Amino acid sequence: MSSYIHHVQGLACRDCGRNYPLENLTVCEHCFGRLEPRYNYGAIRRYLSRGLIYSRPQNIWRYRELLPLTGLPQVGQSNGFTPLVRARRLAERLGVSELYIKNDAVNAPTLSYKDRVVPVAISRALETGLELFACASTGNLANSVAAHAAQAGLPCIVFIPDNLEAAKIVNSLVYGPTVVAVKGNYDAVNRLCAELTARHPSWGIANVNLRPYYAEGAKTMAFEIAEQLGWRFPRHVVLPVAGGTLLPRVHRGFDEFVKVGLVEGELPRIHAAQPEGCCPVVDAFLHRRDRIVPQKPNTIAKSLAIGDPADGYTVLESLKATGGSAVAVPDEEIIGAIKLLAETEGIFAETAGGATLAGAVRLSESGVIPRHESIVVAVTGNGLKTQAALDGALAQPVRVEARVEHFEAAWQELQKEAIAA
Amino acid sequence: MSITVRIPAPLQAVAGNRLEVEADGGTIAELLADLDNRFPGFRQRVYDETGRLRRFLNVYVNQEDIRFLSGETTPIKDGDEVSIVPAVAGG
Ligand SMILES: Cc1ncc(COP(=O)(O)O)c(C=O)c1O
Ligand SMILES: [Zn+2]
Repeated sequence: MSSYIHHVQGLACRDCGRNYPLENLTVCEHCFGRLEPRYNYGAIRRYLSRGLIYSRPQNIWRYRELLPLTGLPQVGQSNGFTPLVRARRLAERLGVSELYIKNDAVNAPTLSYKDRVVPVAISRALETGLELFACASTGNLANSVAAHAAQAGLPCIVFIPDNLEAAKIVNSLVYGPTVVAVKGNYDAVNRLCAELTARHPSWGIANVNLRPYYAEGAKTMAFEIAEQLGWRFPRHVVLPVAGGTLLPRVHRGFDEFVKVGLVEGELPRIHAAQPEGCCPVVDAFLHRRDRIVPQKPNTIAKSLAIGDPADGYTVLESLKATGGSAVAVPDEEIIGAIKLLAETEGIFAETAGGATLAGAVRLSESGVIPRHESIVVAVTGNGLKTQAALDGALAQPVRVEARVEHFEAAWQELQKEAIAA
Repeated sequence: MSITVRIPAPLQAVAGNRLEVEADGGTIAELLADLDNRFPGFRQRVYDETGRLRRFLNVYVNQEDIRFLSGETTPIKDGDEVSIVPAVAGG
């Protein structure tokens, strides 16, 4: 679309500083470092206003000047602008004064934060004439890639580990892609896809050769949080970490809102949560390692089971830059947090959300997050996809015959139990 | 003796524009040294200024990351398959 004035200018290597034109590159050709789009922030500052953003539909594209497209977006009209819920009952339980849940459990169309990144990746694939859309995924990304490929009418392959939750597989299969279940863990899937990009240059693999574009979509979570709080920042944001795409882009998003003059003030302190059974980034943070040591994941939080996070160092840089911290939580606390969030706020999070809330609870209890400071906890996926994690953790239905006296007897029994408990 | 090494896209130009090359060595370090002999400049692309393997580059022997084995001193033998792969994002 030639009439669209875009502000993205090229890619730059975060590690060695080399500049590249807007190409579909996985990493810096020289040092294998991380590539990030460059924007003309001065021009964006002059053009993009709160009013202009307000005038646009409530989806991720309302911030399109800060996303790396060169034309108008063709897909992703229902994505993003998820609720920022003031969690009063949960706050009371935790003894904190100002708590919000950023609820990407109801992101559209596939119920996870991945619906922010995938529309950017596929838009880039369409702009550059790629013929097939693919990804390596722990499940949620696959769901979103499959759905958006269907929207765009592109052929699709999703690569997943062969041990995924049934719901995550069905939620990919229904859109009609080729689903490839790879023997081994996610890191094996990733390696396979990295090797495949060299052989299939006409494929767009969202998290591989479209990575610099894909990752940018995650900034929209930060943009929305700031806008929904009335163009201000919270003091703390707690985010889950797997491969490390989301957390540093939320940081970058806050930073860019300051750069283009939409929000003033100190950036939030950003905190990382991982499950104990897969916490290479938390481990590196707490032990001040200069190299992240990869792990073999073993956790119910399968969406966070990435033992060799490509953006792990990027996460560490964001934690350091914002004065944040990192916390690992055991699987039992993940389940406890899923139940707590459901019972206090009516939000059913997947295991990644449980891990994040459990991490926030720990950080609050240990005083790292002071009780009177505002906190946003990101719930990045939907509990309907990870129901098996709750096997044995919930009460059973009360079985009665369809007769009033049966119900009344059972109800009295339940109330007695409740009083006793 | 000969070991097959998979070369990632950014290194193909320095490795004679090939997806796979053959090289020799009893360990990963020796293998990478042999690749530098065959393809001058290879070493500099794979190691950083401090002499360590670049942190965004992973090396696998028969699908296993050498960081779970013995790192650069991981022994390799005839018929092994070595892959050099840039770290890619998760999801
Ligand atoms: C629900 C959910 N939350 C969080 C993450 C972690 O995100 P990242 O890889 O960006 O660190 C994932 C990744 O798969 C996910 O599916
Ligand atoms: Zn570089």
